[in-house]
Amino acid sequence: MPESISRRSFLKGGVAAAGSAAALALPSAAAVGSDGRNQLATLLDIRKCIGCGACVEACRQANRSKAPDPEKPFPEMVPPRVPVEDWSDKQEVRDRLTPYNLLFIQQAEVEVDGKKKTLTIPRRCMHCVNPPCVNLCPWGAARQYKNGISRIDYDVCLGGSKCRKVCPWHIPQRQTGVGLYLDIMPSFAGNGVMYKCDRCHERVAKGEKPACITACPTGVQQIGPRADIIARAHELADKTGGYIYGETENGGTNTIYVSPVPFEKLDAAIEKGPGRPHLAAAANSMDRAENLTAAMIIAPFAAIAAASAKFYGYMKSGQSDKNQGKAS
Amino acid sequence: MSTRTHVIARKGRMGSYAYGLTLFLLALTGFAQMPIFKRYYIADIPGFGWLAEFYTTHFLHYLAATAILAITTYVVAEYLLVTRRYQRLSPTGVARAAILLGIIVSGILLVIRNSVFVPFSPAVVTVLLLMHMGLTMVFLLFALYCKLSCRPWTAPV
Repeated sequence: MPESISRRSFLKGGVAAAGSAAALALPSAAAVGSDGRNQLATLLDIRKCIGCGACVEACRQANRSKAPDPEKPFPEMVPPRVPVEDWSDKQEVRDRLTPYNLLFIQQAEVEVDGKKKTLTIPRRCMHCVNPPCVNLCPWGAARQYKNGISRIDYDVCLGGSKCRKVCPWHIPQRQTGVGLYLDIMPSFAGNGVMYKCDRCHERVAKGEKPACITACPTGVQQIGPRADIIARAHELADKTGGYIYGETENGGTNTIYVSPVPFEKLDAAIEKGPGRPHLAAAANSMDRAENLTAAMIIAPFAAIAAASAKFYGYMKSGQSDKNQGKAS
Repeated sequence: MSTRTHVIARKGRMGSYAYGLTLFLLALTGFAQMPIFKRYYIADIPGFGWLAEFYTTHFLHYLAATAILAITTYVVAEYLLVTRRYQRLSPTGVARAAILLGIIVSGILLVIRNSVFVPFSPAVVTVLLLMHMGLTMVFLLFALYCKLSCRPWTAPV
């Protein structure tokens, strides 16, 4: 934690957070359309983050009941090169994403208005508009709700970690020794369960806000329909001369950051690696597949045209055979 | 065999090869959607590394799916317009067509699910995924049985 928060600033921030909460009531899941444009998105104003870690603690508290409780010893993995990932003895780690820490604070030493400053950035799942982790999960364990929340069903996940590989930010984290794979072929298929932020989907379903948002003393985050959040992000960026991240990354996400410095600089300044996602540009990973979808629609029509042409030729040759028969 | 019959037979063989090759690519890239090729060293074989690249195999699966849609539609249209005059589907052909239809329908629904802004319910997705994979296994085994026991798709009328 870069700086501790004083009682005064905490209370001051609490009032600000309450104000912003009142200003932006969370629409119910039923009110959110299924066309993606009205998925729920969050706006994170990086200038406001003081790195107090209140969101991290609230997240850990809210997800405690869902945290893994692995059975040990772990099953012998076949082949032996399959990696065991065990965070159960490192549950206190808070400086990266782990199955026990679904949100962490990233730090960047950068120059803001000519002065050196430490910016702190809450990092968790970006909740992509069209999430590859959900689309490419071979078991349907990763799901997306109409309100834009993507989550992994911990009861169904086998821990193959494909979601982490296809995620542009490699967000999901694995815990070995838990989940469904233990009941199937624990040595030969699966390797635990993948964990990531589900944006407190139970709370959101009840019309409440995610724990990290309500706990923030300085009102870093706002949540609302994506179109509103995008408009607010642009308004904020225009007003403060800020920069936006998450609007177009990976084809669009439901986590929009506004920063006082360009994200290229932030990305260069943060510590990156396993469990510590980047802030670089991310192309739409589902783009190529989406382009082929159009070809799939055209293909049957082209085939019908080809078969019809053959039918026409067949009829024509049959007719000419008849004519030839008559002539002879 | 007349020249025309010879050309038709050659075209038929080419169509069968294209169909077989497409099915093989679909099955290979379909199974590659599960993280097994890396785990079990298959992707370590020189030239097979792409089997562990999920976006590559997903793209190729879509490409082969486009081809199978075109081939299947062409064969069905050709059958309805021309072939049924002198050939009909055999009982094993009907069974294979039904299984293939199930695979194609579940595949189309999964492609729609993967498109932007079309979230399906989690239960439906799980059923579709299991149906797609399960029917593929049934189809491959049944096709192998038909091949070994010399049971063709069609029989003369």
